Amino acid sequence: MIFDDEPTPGEGLPILPGHVSPGRLERVLRAGKFAVTSEIDPPDSADPDEVFKRAAIFDGYVDAINATDGSGANCHMSSVGVCALLTRRGYAMVMQISCRDRNRIAIQGEILGGAAMGVANIMCLTGDGVQAGDHPQAKPVFDLDSMSLLEVARAMRDEQRFQSGRKLDTPPRVFLGAAENPFAPPFDWRPHRLAKKVAAGAQFIQTQYCYDIPRLKTFMSQVRDLGLLEGPNRVFIMPGVGPLASAKSATWIREHVPGVHIPDSVIKRLAGAEKQKAEGRKLCIDLIQEIREIEGVSGVHVMAYRQEEAVAEIIQSSGVLEGRVPWYPGRDRQLQRQAVGA
Amino acid sequence: MYAVRRWVVRHSRGFEIIYNAFEPVITRLDPLWRRVGYARAERPVAKVEKAIKGFLFDCKMCGQCALSSTGMSCPMNCPKTLRNGPCGGVRANGHCEVKPEMKCVWAEAWAGSQHMKSGRKIHVVQKPVDNRFRDTSSWLRVVRQIAEKRAAQGEQK
Repeated sequence: MIFDDEPTPGEGLPILPGHVSPGRLERVLRAGKFAVTSEIDPPDSADPDEVFKRAAIFDGYVDAINATDGSGANCHMSSVGVCALLTRRGYAMVMQISCRDRNRIAIQGEILGGAAMGVANIMCLTGDGVQAGDHPQAKPVFDLDSMSLLEVARAMRDEQRFQSGRKLDTPPRVFLGAAENPFAPPFDWRPHRLAKKVAAGAQFIQTQYCYDIPRLKTFMSQVRDLGLLEGPNRVFIMPGVGPLASAKSATWIREHVPGVHIPDSVIKRLAGAEKQKAEGRKLCIDLIQEIREIEGVSGVHVMAYRQEEAVAEIIQSSGVLEGRVPWYPGRDRQLQRQAVGA
Repeated sequence: MYAVRRWVVRHSRGFEIIYNAFEPVITRLDPLWRRVGYARAERPVAKVEKAIKGFLFDCKMCGQCALSSTGMSCPMNCPKTLRNGPCGGVRANGHCEVKPEMKCVWAEAWAGSQHMKSGRKIHVVQKPVDNRFRDTSSWLRVVRQIAEKRAAQGEQK
């Protein structure tokens, strides 16, 4: 999709009627295109080039990039830092905010700062417990939870006020995201919990890794029945997918990463393959294609932790972009050159 | 105590009935609380409340009780003190991500809410905790709010 009102990198798009943000992700989703997002692996480094390098890997394949906020409770460059660097170049960012490390004063400041830098999407997360990461001795904050964070962010945008009630001068124009895990109990509550998130302000959802298509199908049909995919306050659902490196690493993830459900059949398929890494990527492509066929799904979120270089190939092979080239720095120059050449 | 609080959740409907009978009684005592002074009543009432609710629910005295919206499972026992439902880390056996030996407080809450008449309240988004109310009596706060509301309505008539 090329927008004829494409802004200078670092500046927002005009906000269309019925839209809340100046961002590309909302445009793509509301236009009914199958959106693709991915996740940058934030460096353990203060080198900005490392961030640019890690983002460029997705050029031409993703509509927005998630900047994780201490994911897995491990220490890395902050999501604000990553977003500050990448919005400068014009990248569409999904800034993740977790409630684990900051209280409501810090978080609201971060929302304003992010929006001012050109972040058009904010992902409101509870966050993994500190026990999961490399600093289990840290103090968990959890002043807000994902649900109240959504409400706070929405009130900042729509009612132009802080949680305290104090007025803002210019509200943050952000498209609000949240996470859901259809693969964790209590299963019968998950669709209702999603409805609660939508009521709190969620406009798009990225789910936990999906390796269980039947479970996702059930979840999606429940979500449809609740009427969450219709009307002006509808929610866009992007299931999470990712390549598994081997049967061994799949088993490890299943046992050690909170909330990731990997069925035995998946592990068996990997174990039976001659080249497990290639099979893991093939499995990921198969999952994306199956997910695309599920009614009500709006896109996929590809989380290829430590296999980021495979994302382009996975998306290309899955064919979900249908020839669309998402924006990247220099894309339009490139396309013009191609057009002239032809 | 873990065993007691799990027993309570299994009997959430009974505790709902008890609370619904108890609330009008302490509310009717509003003139007494006012004569004593809400501020002076605060410490002894909070002490009693802490003893009872601590034993039954492992109450953490957040001062803004949500038990009737959470299936009688106290959300402050969640290691992330979530007020609005389970996180995505609930284990396949329904146990907590942070404390694997403990059943997820919110999985319990969901089960408890299913037995209660007001069970649908679990779908209403709860405001974040007001940390100024920590270690104060939630009962007195509720009573005072109800009494003030009634007085305001009386004046309107």
